Amino acid sequence: MASPTRLTGPVYVVNDNIDTDQIIPAEYLTLVPTNPDEYEKLGSYAMCGLPNALYPTRFVPADEMKTPYPIVIAGRNFGCGSSREHAPIALGAAGAQAVVAATYARIFFRNCVATGELFPFESATPLNEEFQTGDEATLDFEHETLTRSRDGRVFHLKPLGEVRPVVEAGGIFNYARQSGMIAAQA
Amino acid sequence: MTLTETILARASGRRHVAPGENVWVQADLLLTHDVCGPGTIGVFHREFGRDAKVWDRQKIVIIPDHYIFTADSLSNRNVDILRDFVREQGLPYFYDVIDDPQGHWKFDASRGQLKRQYGGRFAGVCHTAMPEKGHVRPGEVLFGTDSHTCMAGAFGEFATGIGNTDAGFVMGTGKLLLKVPETMRFYLEGELPRGVMAKDVILHVIGAIGFDGATYRAMQWDGPGASALSIDDRMTIANMAIEAGGKNGIFAADQKTFDFVDARCRANGTKADYQPAVAEGEQKFVYDEKFDLSKLEPTVAMHPDPGNRALAKTLGHIHLDRAYIGSCTGGKTSDFLAFAEVVKGRRVAIDTFGVPATPQVVDDLHKAQLGGQSAWSVLESAGVQMTENASCAACLGGPADTFGRVNKPGLNCISATNRNFPGRMGNKESKVFLASPYTVAASALTGRITDPREFL
Repeated sequence: MASPTRLTGPVYVVNDNIDTDQIIPAEYLTLVPTNPDEYEKLGSYAMCGLPNALYPTRFVPADEMKTPYPIVIAGRNFGCGSSREHAPIALGAAGAQAVVAATYARIFFRNCVATGELFPFESATPLNEEFQTGDEATLDFEHETLTRSRDGRVFHLKPLGEVRPVVEAGGIFNYARQSGMIAAQA
Repeated sequence: MTLTETILARASGRRHVAPGENVWVQADLLLTHDVCGPGTIGVFHREFGRDAKVWDRQKIVIIPDHYIFTADSLSNRNVDILRDFVREQGLPYFYDVIDDPQGHWKFDASRGQLKRQYGGRFAGVCHTAMPEKGHVRPGEVLFGTDSHTCMAGAFGEFATGIGNTDAGFVMGTGKLLLKVPETMRFYLEGELPRGVMAKDVILHVIGAIGFDGATYRAMQWDGPGASALSIDDRMTIANMAIEAGGKNGIFAADQKTFDFVDARCRANGTKADYQPAVAEGEQKFVYDEKFDLSKLEPTVAMHPDPGNRALAKTLGHIHLDRAYIGSCTGGKTSDFLAFAEVVKGRRVAIDTFGVPATPQVVDDLHKAQLGGQSAWSVLESAGVQMTENASCAACLGGPADTFGRVNKPGLNCISATNRNFPGRMGNKESKVFLASPYTVAASALTGRITDPREFL
């Protein structure tokens, strides 16, 4: 996905250790992400595994296909558990563009990059206590900062480094072709 | 170099690799299943073209195992997508649910959930089936589209889970770019005391390091305690490396490994030659701790994550609604025999479900005799609802009609499986407690979390 220079919108906030079963529950893994209509459907279920008591606001409102939250803010170990690539895909299909987490589980991070569905930013300190769902924030891709609109406080993010051009290209295949690592598509 | 570094150096054609280096690794095998296979095939066709051929037909293993015994039409379709691809590519290692290579899979709900509904080639849960069918070999590199692929580290190989896009890349090229992980060493001493199982070892360790304590790292199991463990025990432990965030778990291959692997490769006619990895020169560990197995006690991971550790003997106040034994980590023959040892001649007090990992486990349990009765019959007589339909079943919830799925909110389930995040076994307002087959069995008898030593 081409990275905007700035992205402003409401954030959706989750705590530590959100596993991929909560991002996309197992019953929806029957959907095959490479089929376009099933890809869209996966998006509509994104984050629906979060317990209602802890997360009374849904990431994707009932009966809608897209999320109003382009940015997800998470604590530690986001995307742990199952290796299902359906997880970053569901978030991306719902319309999320970036996650800002304190740390990631390895396979989820890799799947974000491989698919190019999401920019997986890391914050220097956990930001899930600094924001509430619905707060407006601006993600500055050039300076790699997240700014809280209500008071203008700026949080610095860790550099995405070599990950960034791969996500911008739309994933590893596109990146590998653009950079001549594999042959252009027949 | 550590075991993991040694294997990755060889697989990337280098004399030496160091943690943090990115290297192109040659795969020996790619494993996929019905949940991630169709998406992987979709990526493969999209990126390499509709007429593309896989990089090596002998090196792809496809095992439908997740959503098999369900009337869900998309699930049944996904098994058909695998069969179509296997036919198109001429792949030899496809463990189909049905015998007809031109057929369509459809679960017949009217025949019930308990009696077997599969053909002669069906293999059950992929990670348990891989060694049974002669697809694990010491020193090799295995990529699989499932996080529990790391279970094959029990056999001294580098095995790790990957996503569909990476798997599509491997399918076309046989290669993957990997970062060499740092290695953590877990040096095991002593012997497991009565009532304590391999599951207790891994739950204890995950509790000690935290369930993201091995993120991006290799977990290497060493020492006399590791050598003394059976192959099944090593599989239970290696399986749950991912539950600590690990990239892989690994045991050095020894004579037990060679005997097991050689027999399975011979019986199945699979590739029988391999080059075991031996750690070379100085090994650098980012973490190096000793664990005395003789000090361990029956351990439980409480809701809502596998690192939330407590001793079973302190949890008698937690009432349970159901018990479950099954999955790659907990549905092996030895797991069911341990369970049967506890419940023999007794009666479970709560709904209890048993799902063998593979058809081989089903056969073993029908044959194994415990005091003049088959193990299968011991389990059934105790009130355990046993299905012959080996699969992942309710370990990860699945479609609503999945056998043993937790479909109601508020239920507490104790399970010999590997994950207990919210909603893992079905309803997201239910709770899952992870424990050894012994502890699950004892808890099934009392209806509350129970230390199995009360019954042994």
